[in-house]
Amino acid sequence: MIPFDYRRADDVDSAVATVTGNPAAAFLGGGTNLVDHMKLGIAGPELLVDVTHLPFDRVEELPDGGLRIGANVRNSDLAAHPLVRERYPALAQAVLAGASGQLRNLATTGGNLLQRTRCVYFQDVTTPCNKRTPGEGCAALHGYTRYHAVLGASRHCVAVHPSDLAVALTALDAVVRVRRADGERTVRASALHRLPGAHPERDTVLEHGELITAVDLPPLPLAANSRYRKVRDRASYAFALVSVAAALDVADGRVRDVRLALGGVAHKPWHATLAEHVLRGGPTTVDAFNAAADAELAEAQPLPDNGFKLKLARNLIVSVLRALAGEDTR
Amino acid sequence: MVNTESEITLLVDGAPRRLTVDNRVTLLDALRDRLGVTSPKKGCDHGQCGACTVLLDGRRVTTCLTFAVACDGAEVTTSAGLAVDGRLHPLHQAFLDHDGFQCGYCTPGQICSAAGVLDEARAGWPSAVTADVRTTPSLGEEEIRERMSGNLCRCGAYVNIVAAISEVAGKGEAGP
Amino acid sequence: MTGLLEPRSVGADRERVDGAAKVTGTAPYAYEQPVPNPAYLHPVQATIARGEVTDVRTGDATALDGVLAVLTPFDAPRLETGRDAELEILQSPEVHFRGQLIGAVVAETPEIARQAADLVRVSYARSDHDVSLSADHPGLYRPDEVNAGGETDTRQGDPDGAFAGAARTVEATYTTPMYHNNPLEPHTTVASWDSSGLTIYDSTQGVHSMRQVVASTFGIDESGIRVVAPYVGGGFGSKGTPHANIVLTVLAAKRMAGRPVKYALTRQQMFSFVGYRTPTIQRVRLGADEHGRLVSLSNDVVEQTSRIKEYAEQSGEPARKLYAAPNRRTTHRLAPLDVPVPSWMRAPGECPGMFAPEVAMDELAQACGLDPIELRVRNEPETDPGSGLPFSSRNLVACLREGARRFGWDTRPRPARSTLEDGWWVGTGVASSAYPVHQSPGSSTATVRFTAARRYEVRIGAVDIGTGAWTALTQIAADALDVPFEDVDLRIGDTGLPAAAVAGGSSGITNWGWAIVEAARVFREKFGADPSPGDERTATQPENPNTERYAMSAYGAQFAEVRVDAYTGEIRVPRLLGVFAAGRIVNPRTARSQLVGGMTMGLSMALHEESVTDERFGFVVNHDLAEYHIAACADVRRIEAHWLDEHDPYVNPMGTKGIGEIGIVGTAAAIANAAYHATGVRVRDLPITADKFL
Repeated sequence: MIPFDYRRADDVDSAVATVTGNPAAAFLGGGTNLVDHMKLGIAGPELLVDVTHLPFDRVEELPDGGLRIGANVRNSDLAAHPLVRERYPALAQAVLAGASGQLRNLATTGGNLLQRTRCVYFQDVTTPCNKRTPGEGCAALHGYTRYHAVLGASRHCVAVHPSDLAVALTALDAVVRVRRADGERTVRASALHRLPGAHPERDTVLEHGELITAVDLPPLPLAANSRYRKVRDRASYAFALVSVAAALDVADGRVRDVRLALGGVAHKPWHATLAEHVLRGGPTTVDAFNAAADAELAEAQPLPDNGFKLKLARNLIVSVLRALAGEDTR
Repeated sequence: MVNTESEITLLVDGAPRRLTVDNRVTLLDALRDRLGVTSPKKGCDHGQCGACTVLLDGRRVTTCLTFAVACDGAEVTTSAGLAVDGRLHPLHQAFLDHDGFQCGYCTPGQICSAAGVLDEARAGWPSAVTADVRTTPSLGEEEIRERMSGNLCRCGAYVNIVAAISEVAGKGEAGP
Repeated sequence: MTGLLEPRSVGADRERVDGAAKVTGTAPYAYEQPVPNPAYLHPVQATIARGEVTDVRTGDATALDGVLAVLTPFDAPRLETGRDAELEILQSPEVHFRGQLIGAVVAETPEIARQAADLVRVSYARSDHDVSLSADHPGLYRPDEVNAGGETDTRQGDPDGAFAGAARTVEATYTTPMYHNNPLEPHTTVASWDSSGLTIYDSTQGVHSMRQVVASTFGIDESGIRVVAPYVGGGFGSKGTPHANIVLTVLAAKRMAGRPVKYALTRQQMFSFVGYRTPTIQRVRLGADEHGRLVSLSNDVVEQTSRIKEYAEQSGEPARKLYAAPNRRTTHRLAPLDVPVPSWMRAPGECPGMFAPEVAMDELAQACGLDPIELRVRNEPETDPGSGLPFSSRNLVACLREGARRFGWDTRPRPARSTLEDGWWVGTGVASSAYPVHQSPGSSTATVRFTAARRYEVRIGAVDIGTGAWTALTQIAADALDVPFEDVDLRIGDTGLPAAAVAGGSSGITNWGWAIVEAARVFREKFGADPSPGDERTATQPENPNTERYAMSAYGAQFAEVRVDAYTGEIRVPRLLGVFAAGRIVNPRTARSQLVGGMTMGLSMALHEESVTDERFGFVVNHDLAEYHIAACADVRRIEAHWLDEHDPYVNPMGTKGIGEIGIVGTAAAIANAAYHATGVRVRDLPITADKFL
C-alpha cells in the first residue's frame, strides 16, 4: 500500500469536486471493500475522501410511500429499519444474508453497491486480470470458476458481482441517486452495474467522481410479499453460489405481477425479465415456474466448474416462487 | 498539501490515547502495534475471521478494515475493557464456565461480538435466520449461531460459545 | 506397570488456568511479547512455480524511508545446508514452488515493509512445472517409509484372489482434497539476536524441537538460543515442525544485529509455506462373505509430496488395523511435484485414511443388506490385525453400541432416500474412529521444585496450543505429588525449562505427564512428604515396555444426522454424536472441547474445506478465509461427545490415550454416509457440497 492523504468531507459538493478533479482520489465509505483492496494492491489511491460524515445517514419515507435510503446508512441499520422490514422484506433479508454482523455495522448502502468481484484472480495481483489491468487477460476463463458467471459474460471477464443488496434493489425497481460535479442524476438499480463486454474494468456506469447519495425505493405493494434466498458453500458468512430476490402478487391462482432478480450468476445483478414476462398472467404452478426459469436461463453459458449453477438457479427460482405463492401454488 | 500522517485521539478501554499515525495504519494495527493494546487479534486482516472485533462507539466491528485515521475521536472497547476494575464481564465468565474457547486467539473477538449480538437483539434487529423479518426475533440458539458467524473459531468451540452466550442472553431477559 | 496414578485432581472438571487471560485477550501470544524497538519483516515470494531467480532489483525498496534491510538469495547470510531443503531459503536462486520465500524487507513499520516488498523487482528464468496429482502420474514412486515411521506397503495373504472370490464386494475410488491447517493465529516469529544470544518468541508446538532445528540450520549451539511460547493460537500440526518463515525471520534478525524483528504471516501466506494436508486418492477394495465377514481389504493410496523434501502421509494406516480380514493390502505411492512441502495436519494419515474405508464399509453394509453397525461388529478383530499383538484395551464395539443407544440409531429406516421433512431429505450415518497411542520415551523431562512460598513448581518445556495442557498437567502434577491442585505452579513454553516433546500426535499428556509423574516420584522418594524450600528433582519419561507387548489405540464411534434441501442441495448437519474410548480423561471440561473441536473440524472437512490449486500457475488460488471455507458458527449445530470409562493399565501411569486427534477421525465418513442415507447419492469425493445433490 502506498502512502495516501486523508480528508474527512464536510460537504458533498466539495467532496465530489475533490475526487472529480483528482484521478488518484477515491471516496472512502465503510472501507470494508476499499481497505481490503488497498492491502491487496488492487487499489492504490493517493487521496481518500471520507464521505461517512456526510448527512446521508437516514432512511426517510417519501411522499409517494416509497423510501429514500441514504448512501451512508449502514447495512445493519438498513436491515433493522421497521419500514424496510415491513414493506420490502426481501431487501432486509438480502442485507442480512451478506457478510457478518461486524461488517454490516461498517458497510454503507452506497459502498455495498460498489463492492467489487470476489474472483480469486482479480484479488491476486500475481495473476492476470482484465478487470484489474485492462488487456492483461482473464485468468479465470480457463481457471477455477465455481463462483463465476453463467450469464452475460465475455471472453474478457467471467466474474460475478458479489452484492446481495444490489440483487434485491434490482428486483424492487430501486433508483440510485448520484451526485456529480455538475449536478445530480438518477440511475435505475438494474442499470447501475454493467456487463463486462470488452471493458470489465468498469463495474458500473458511474464516472470517476460521481458519488451515490441515496437509493430510492418506489412504493411497490407486491414487495410486501417478497423474499431473498441465497445458496452458498457455508450456512453463513459466504458469498453466493446463486441467489434469488423475488416479489410476487397472486390473484385467483394467476400471477398478477412479479419481480425477479438473480445474484451470483453474472457481472451484474441479473434482472430476470424473461422469466417475469413468462410468469405474468400465468398460473402459479410449479410447471409455470419451471418454464419461467428455463426461459431466463436458456442463453446461459456455464464454465467447466459451474454448470451446476443452471440447475441450482432454476430450482432456487422455483423454490422461492413456491414459497411466495404459498397455498396458491398448484 | 499532501499529508500522509495524521494526529488522532482514540478513547481505548476508557483511556484517551493520542497518537500520530501513518494514514495506512488500520485501527487494528494502531491498537496492537502503536498502543500495545493486543486484546483484539489479527487472524486474517481482511474482514474474514472476526478475531479483531471490538466495540467501536458501542457497535461491534472488525478493526482490520478500518483506517485508524477514520476513527479519530472514536471510543474503542476491547474484551480487556469489558472487564471493569478486574471484574470479569458476564460473557467472560460464561465462556470460562462453558469452555467456549481452546487456543484463545479468536476469543476476545468472539466476546466483543457476543456483546454486540446481545445489544442488537435487545434493539430488536432481525437476522438471516429470522423466519419473518417483520417480527422481533428472540435470541435462541439458531439466532445466536447465525449472528456469531462472523467470528471463525478453528479449534471448533462453537457449541460451547453458543451455550455461553445463550446463558448470558437468558439471564439478561430474566434480569431485574 | 504396577498400577495407575490415584486420581484425585485428575478427572475433576476444571476451568482452564489460563482462561481469564485468554477471554480478556491479555495472554500474550508471540507477536504480543514486548520487545524493545522492533523492526518489521515482510517477505518476497516467488511468482513462478519452478525455475531460478536471475535478478533482484532492490533499489526502489531500499530508497524508501524507513527501510532497514533487504534480503535476497544473493546476499542473505549463509545457512548450514544439506539437511532440510524446506528450510534452506535464500541460499540459492532456485525456485521450487510458487510462493517460496525468496527475499525479505525489514523496515521501521509493517506498512513500510510491505510497501517496500512490493517494490522489490524479481526476474526469473522459468522452467516447466508440474503440480497436478493424479492416480496415474508417471512419476509415482514408493517412499521408504511413511510418516510416523510406518511401513510403506503391507500385505497379508492373497488380497486380490480373495477379493475376486468374495460373495459381496465394494470397489471404489475416494478422494480427499488438499487442506490447510489455518490456525486462527498466523505463524509468527519475533527474533532478536544480540551478543547475549538468540531469543525467539514463536507460535510453535514445540520450543525444544524448534530450538534444535534453528541451531542446526544456523550452525550454532543450542545453548545460545532461547525459544519462548507460553500461548499459541492453534496449530493442528502446522506449527509442529519449523517452517521457512522462522528461518527468514532469524536471518533478518542476524542482519539486524540486536534489533528484534517481527514477522507474522498474512493469511494468504498461510497457504504458501507452512504445510498442508496432501490430497489423497484412495482405491479401496472390500470383499466379504455372505455374512458380511471381510475376506479381503485393501487400500491403495496415491498422494503428493514436494520434489525438494519427502513427506509421505500415512493414509493407509486405518485399513491396516481397524477390522479383521485374512487377506489385506495397503500401499502408498507419491507423486513428487513442484509444490510446497506437505506436512502434519490434525491426525495425519489417520484422518483422510479413515474416510475412504469407512465410506466403503457403509457401501458394503448396503451390499450385504446389513446394518452398518452390525457389519462393523462382525469384523471386530481379536488381536491387532497389523502387528498380531493383543490390544491394551479396545472398546470400538462398546462405542458403537453406546453411540447407537444415545443417538437413537434403532429408529433409523433401512432404505436410503426414505425421509423427506419440510423439503429436506433426512438421513443418518455412522463411522468408526481410531487413533494410535503415540509415545516418545526419553523425549520429555520435568523438574519438581519446592519453593520458598511452600508451593510446588513444576517445570517442563511443554506447549499449550489450546489443548488445555496448562490445566491438565497441573492436575496430573497435583495427583503425582499428592497435593491440592492449587499448590502447583506449572511453568511451560520455554526452552529455559526442561526439554519436552512437541505437542503433536495426541501425545502431549502421555509424554509430558509421564515425565511429571516420574519427577514427582523421585522428588518424594528423595524428600518425602515434607520437603524443604529449594528441594528439587528432575526426571525423564522412561521407556514403556508394554509398547512391545500390546497394540495401543483409542477408539470411537461417530454418528451424524444430515439434511439435504430437496431443491437446492444445501447440506446441513443438525446433529453429530461421538462416543470415545480413550483411556482416562484428565479434565472432562477441556477434554470435551478437544473431542467436539475435532468433530467440528471433521464437519468442516466434510462440507467445506478444499484448497484449489490452479495448475497453470501452480498455487492455491482460494488462499484466504473468505474463499477457503472453514465451518462457521451457523454450520455447527448440536455436537455431543461422550466417553466410556476405560481403564488401561498399559499405556502410561495416567492411563490416558490422547484425545487431540481422534475427534476428527471418522467424522467426514459419518457425514458422507448420512448424506447417502438421506439422498441416495453416494459422495466419494470431499467436500460434500450442494452441487453434488442436484
